[in-house]
Amino acid sequence: MAQEGAPKLSVRGLWKVFGHESTGGIVPDEIANKSKEDMREDDGAVLALKDVSFDVNEGETFVVMGLSGSGKSTLVRTLVRLIEPSYGQIIVDGDDILQYSEKELVDFRRRKTSMVFQHFGLLPHRSVLENAAWGLEVQNIPKAKRLQIARETLDLVGLSGWEDYRPGALSGGMQQRVGLARAIAADADILLMDEPFSGLDPLIRRDMQGELIRLQEHLHKTLIFITHDLAEALKLGTHIAIMRDGVVIQIGTGEEILEAPADDYVAEFVQDVRRTTVVTVRTIMDQPDLKLRQSTTPAVAMREMGQAGVVSAFVCDEEDHYLGMVSFNGAAEAKQRGDATIADAITVDEYPTLPADTSVESALPVVLEHHNEGALAVTDEEGVLVGTLLPSSVVGAMAQEAQDATDHREASAASLEASHADDQEEADGDGDSEAVDPREGMEVS
Amino acid sequence: MKGSLSDSTKRVMDIKNRKWLIAGGVVGLFLLASKLLQAVELTLPRVPLADGVDVAIEWATINLAPFFDGIKLVVIKLLVAITAFFDWVPWIVWVVAVGGAAFRWLGIRTAVFFLAGLLTIVSVGLWDHAMSTIALVSTSMVLILVTGIPIGIMASRNDRFESALRPVLDAMQTMPSFVYLIPVIFLLGSGKVPAVLATMIYATPPAIRLTNLALRQVSPEIKEAARSFGATPFQMLFKVELPLAVATIMAGVNQSLMMAISMVVIASLIGAGGLGNDVLFAMSRVRVGDGFEAGLAILVLAIVVDRSTQALGQRASKETRTE
Ligand SMILES: Nc1ncnc2c1ncn2[C@@H]1O[C@H](COP(=O)(O)OP(=O)(O)OP(=O)(O)O)[C@@H](O)[C@H]1O
Ligand SMILES: [Mg+2]
Repeated sequence: MAQEGAPKLSVRGLWKVFGHESTGGIVPDEIANKSKEDMREDDGAVLALKDVSFDVNEGETFVVMGLSGSGKSTLVRTLVRLIEPSYGQIIVDGDDILQYSEKELVDFRRRKTSMVFQHFGLLPHRSVLENAAWGLEVQNIPKAKRLQIARETLDLVGLSGWEDYRPGALSGGMQQRVGLARAIAADADILLMDEPFSGLDPLIRRDMQGELIRLQEHLHKTLIFITHDLAEALKLGTHIAIMRDGVVIQIGTGEEILEAPADDYVAEFVQDVRRTTVVTVRTIMDQPDLKLRQSTTPAVAMREMGQAGVVSAFVCDEEDHYLGMVSFNGAAEAKQRGDATIADAITVDEYPTLPADTSVESALPVVLEHHNEGALAVTDEEGVLVGTLLPSSVVGAMAQEAQDATDHREASAASLEASHADDQEEADGDGDSEAVDPREGMEVS
Repeated sequence: MKGSLSDSTKRVMDIKNRKWLIAGGVVGLFLLASKLLQAVELTLPRVPLADGVDVAIEWATINLAPFFDGIKLVVIKLLVAITAFFDWVPWIVWVVAVGGAAFRWLGIRTAVFFLAGLLTIVSVGLWDHAMSTIALVSTSMVLILVTGIPIGIMASRNDRFESALRPVLDAMQTMPSFVYLIPVIFLLGSGKVPAVLATMIYATPPAIRLTNLALRQVSPEIKEAARSFGATPFQMLFKVELPLAVATIMAGVNQSLMMAISMVVIASLIGAGGLGNDVLFAMSRVRVGDGFEAGLAILVLAIVVDRSTQALGQRASKETRTE
């Protein structure tokens, strides 16, 4: 078993070369030093994963992001050996799963992981209910019990009433809910999701993201989520790994990636998010936890901070003009000095203020620079304290913004497509669904 | 611009002319060689192919006798049981059952057609022979299903096996059946059992081919998803692949069935009996009317069986359709 605090899953030096036969062992030098292009030219082999390593902690959402062809799907499939990796280690709960026998592997897939696929991969000849029960069925759980669990899970993802339909009768978004229910019902620790929402309409996609966040709040699964969309990554990910050409080029929290993109490739992604933001700080700020007058006595200030559970507070004058911050320690020292008010304990320098009309984009560098210090003060033109800003709100807002922009682009592209070519609808995955199709009615002109 | 265009046109013309020249030269050479070699007698030493086959068959007759006896025994048991069943059910029950089922699932027009056809068979006195033919076809089909579908499944799993199998299937299907009737008689004698085996040789390939094809066509995305939840190969086959392949497999079974029915006339040469015998008898005595009646009876059986199994296949595909 794994020791306390060890990562739930860790990947060490994982390689996948399509077209070469080899598993396990040390990476031969002649492969390690070759580029993707060289390899393709030499013998037609495709280097899909190159020395990939990362850790995923229990209960977190680990997002893998990269453009098409960067090896994301290959990576997530090697994690359950749907694709056999060429070299490396995959350690789950302390076991190297590449050493598993066929039987152990089947058992591992049943108990430890379940997957959600971009194209759903539902069984078309079975009802929604039976699909949701699939993971339990392969484990030979008695029928009554597995259908009971499947029913509850379908209810959880908002599909009660659809149990007896065939998946083909459902819209794309609903089919993916079935996929999600199937994965959740199997009750594995790790959920692997390969671009589960990429095939969905923008509005439905956002719905599903919200749904996933809501579910995750009470399921606490370890999630490995693949996407090509930075906004989605920022919205969902505890940690984000960015891939290019089979290489993981950066791993970090959303804030870390926005703050210091590892190279031009990441910077471009980040730029894409930044360009699109037009929201100002005012719309995303919070009310201050605690606001003190400069005429407050140190003793009262300390008591109020204690009650509010904070270690520092914003200080204003009688007209609410922002003056600075006072820390609990500062107030305590003032009390010892015998000061009548906290006016002399106010510190200004370390805490920059943000005008309320600052765009989120320009606020980002400031909050990131000070992100260890908690909330920043937001003031209006007269210097009145109107709110406070947390770094996480800025990152969240940018993710949201970027997504809106993407959605908008895709929605207009979709409506264009719909009016231009009816036969393209099928390629869209959910185009032929009758139940929910927001594009209906756009087919005019 | 214009100059280069006409240049290239000219080049194309040149190439065309050259081709004609070469073709003319080849034909000329061919005729010249024939003319010159007209008087010369060229012979090759004979390769003893026929002798080889004779020896092999002789060897097999003697040494593999226990093996063929075993096969014979199994086939006879099956054939006897199936024939007994078809004999035991009175014709009126068959006619009503088939007509009723056709009315329920295929509509009134098909039902009327089926009834008329079956009653004609009864009235011209060919019902017993028809049942004997059906029993023979059914026995062949049981054997085709229990061998063909597993072989098809294996072929779908293994590319090498598939490519080794392909020429064998081609040969089974295209070789004139008379050619292998002879060795079958040598190995098994004449009668119904060799007729069943000859029918199998001729009619199994579509069942194998379409089973293989159907399983290879099952969406890899669906298979991958099912497998990711820890399905064993056995669960994959019976819960995912076969159910999704059943419509295509049924099409193959239907083809095999049609070929089996068409084989009954030929197999009567080695003692299959039934309607084929009636056709053969009429032919050898130039009784056109009798021959027509027997031929019509075979046609009716073929149509009834074809429409029924097709309907079954469609129901199966409706079960598994994707939408
Ligand atoms: N079975 C295979 N045989 C050969 N090459 C493959 C195979 N599967 C994937 N590849 C190659 O491996 C690379 C990574 O593919 P992969 O599908 O993992 O990318 P991806 O990041 O998931 O892309 P997408 O966003 O398009 O899904 C690509 O160059 C692809 O062509
Ligand atoms: Mg992919």
